[in-house]
Amino acid sequence: MAREQPMAGTAAMPAIGTPAVGDARRAWLLKQFREKVVPRVALILVCALFILPFYWMVVTALKTREELVMYPPTLWPSELAWSNFREAVEYIPFFRYLFNTSAITFLTIVGSVISNPIIAYGFSRIEWPGRDKVFYVVLATVFIPFPVLIVALFDIFANTPRPVFNGLEVSWEGNWINTYMPLVAPMFFGNAFWIFLMRQFMMQIPFEISDAARIDGASEFRIFSQIVLPQALPAIGVISIFAGLHAWNDFLGPLIFLQNETMYTLAVGLTFFQSQHQLQYSLLMAASTLVVLPVIALFLLFQRTFVEGISLGSLK
Amino acid sequence: MSTTAPPIRPGPFGRLHLTRSERRNLRLGLLFISPWIVGFLAFLVYPIVYTLRISFTEYTGFGEPEWIGLGNYQALLQDDLFWISLYNTLYYTALAAPLGVVVAMGLALSMNQPLREVPLYRAILYLPSVIPLFTLSFIFLILMNPTQGIFNQFLMAIGLPNINWFGDPAWTKLAFVFLAQFGAGQVALIFLAGLKGIPVTLYEAAMLDGAGVWSRFRNITLPMMTPIILYDLILGLSLGLQVFTQAYVITRGGPADASRFYVLYLYDNAFRYGKMGYASAMAWILFVITFVLAMLIFRWSQRWVHYENQ
Repeated sequence: MAREQPMAGTAAMPAIGTPAVGDARRAWLLKQFREKVVPRVALILVCALFILPFYWMVVTALKTREELVMYPPTLWPSELAWSNFREAVEYIPFFRYLFNTSAITFLTIVGSVISNPIIAYGFSRIEWPGRDKVFYVVLATVFIPFPVLIVALFDIFANTPRPVFNGLEVSWEGNWINTYMPLVAPMFFGNAFWIFLMRQFMMQIPFEISDAARIDGASEFRIFSQIVLPQALPAIGVISIFAGLHAWNDFLGPLIFLQNETMYTLAVGLTFFQSQHQLQYSLLMAASTLVVLPVIALFLLFQRTFVEGISLGSLK
Repeated sequence: MSTTAPPIRPGPFGRLHLTRSERRNLRLGLLFISPWIVGFLAFLVYPIVYTLRISFTEYTGFGEPEWIGLGNYQALLQDDLFWISLYNTLYYTALAAPLGVVVAMGLALSMNQPLREVPLYRAILYLPSVIPLFTLSFIFLILMNPTQGIFNQFLMAIGLPNINWFGDPAWTKLAFVFLAQFGAGQVALIFLAGLKGIPVTLYEAAMLDGAGVWSRFRNITLPMMTPIILYDLILGLSLGLQVFTQAYVITRGGPADASRFYVLYLYDNAFRYGKMGYASAMAWILFVITFVLAMLIFRWSQRWVHYENQ
């Protein structure tokens, strides 16, 4: 990297030999230092710091029990204890929790992908009196802390019967606690962040195509589903990734609404390792690695989508 | 949009007489946003009102809530742990939120330089903010452990003492502030998008006038970024006041209540001690505190936020 710098800068570098060159060259060096060296050193240091947790997670996950308690800690396991991974998934009902987490994640994605585009359409492609005022209310809800609601939500869900399907017959019994419903059902009613993101995207789709379809007598729902929705596919991709991450990463929700061990998600299930002796640290890290791995894979695969989503969602 | 609306100034509630097409659009618009309206009422407005009602009662979660008026609020004023948790949370937020802005801005400014490998930095910096916070917390529990962590080995290598971050009350909150900075990558990307949106002509004009680096940052970059800074500051405030997962996973409120944050105490009251009414009173107070602080920042921001269309 450093070798390329003079090359890249040759065009801007003043010729040597003329009297003013000393100053010009110093100024050029100063500029290079400011624009290339300082930011690089800062970024490399911070990046090293940001990689450190991942490194330590993997290293700890691969240490044997004996090596784990050594002081000072070894920087790399002398013997790779791959068996920690097997032990970790057997120590807790890992696959049961993985199933619960995956089911909630899947249903969250479905709910978000259905609801947010419809709602965002109403906030972007139709002009109705009062629309922007109502949209401010949507934006304001972002700042309401979720923990403010947890007591009430728990009590409401604990006293709401859930529909039980028995063939064609529906009966209402029990309540919502220890089911996926408290975590999944709200996702079918939109989320302020994703409504905003989708609205931003839909505003950029030319309005002429909607107008043309309207003149041809297409219903509003048809314009939505057959014209705007296909154009909004990239934004739907962004939302499904963010929604999936949100469900996979959620901690407080599952902690409150899922109290039966068989219904736990990975988030809550992993706390089991902690209640044990500290020797379980390597198992905890092995299980954490398994939880983090799909996220990292998803991120590396869809990095562009992530970055676009962030800049799409940023306020200008 | 190119629709030519009649130049009638709408009152606070809009014009009451709507044309036929406006009525049609209103009907359609409300139809499309109806899922949000239902969700807003069912999962937000109703729970907030419900919380207020429960906060005036003694309620274990079973049986009937018993009305005790302002009893819970009076008890809270006498509760030392309530004040400790409020202090801890405000302390944490006052450090974590502004520091988050500074760190994110520094990273964004660095990534805005003409470096070829910026995509790599971007990926690395963003990664900790996409992985689950609970796993990051588990990792930090070990990473910053004085005997099994590598972090303190580095500190000691440069001559700093071996600090028991999550075991020494003097350091615990600072350790959580430090942990929060690992989420800065995401904000940095938003900042970076903002930096890229600043017209180059502004800088060129300033350079012609002989403005230096600092002067350009102070007079162009910073003012242009103030709307994003405000947004991030208010979001950081809201997130800081609801800090929970890290403390639940790493310290459960210890040592010596140094990390007993507000929501942690609220959670314990509701779901461990079965004091739903008491927890509801706490929830309402948190709601009011968040609202008041956000409003104060917003009012204060009118002095320094620069809007392009002004």
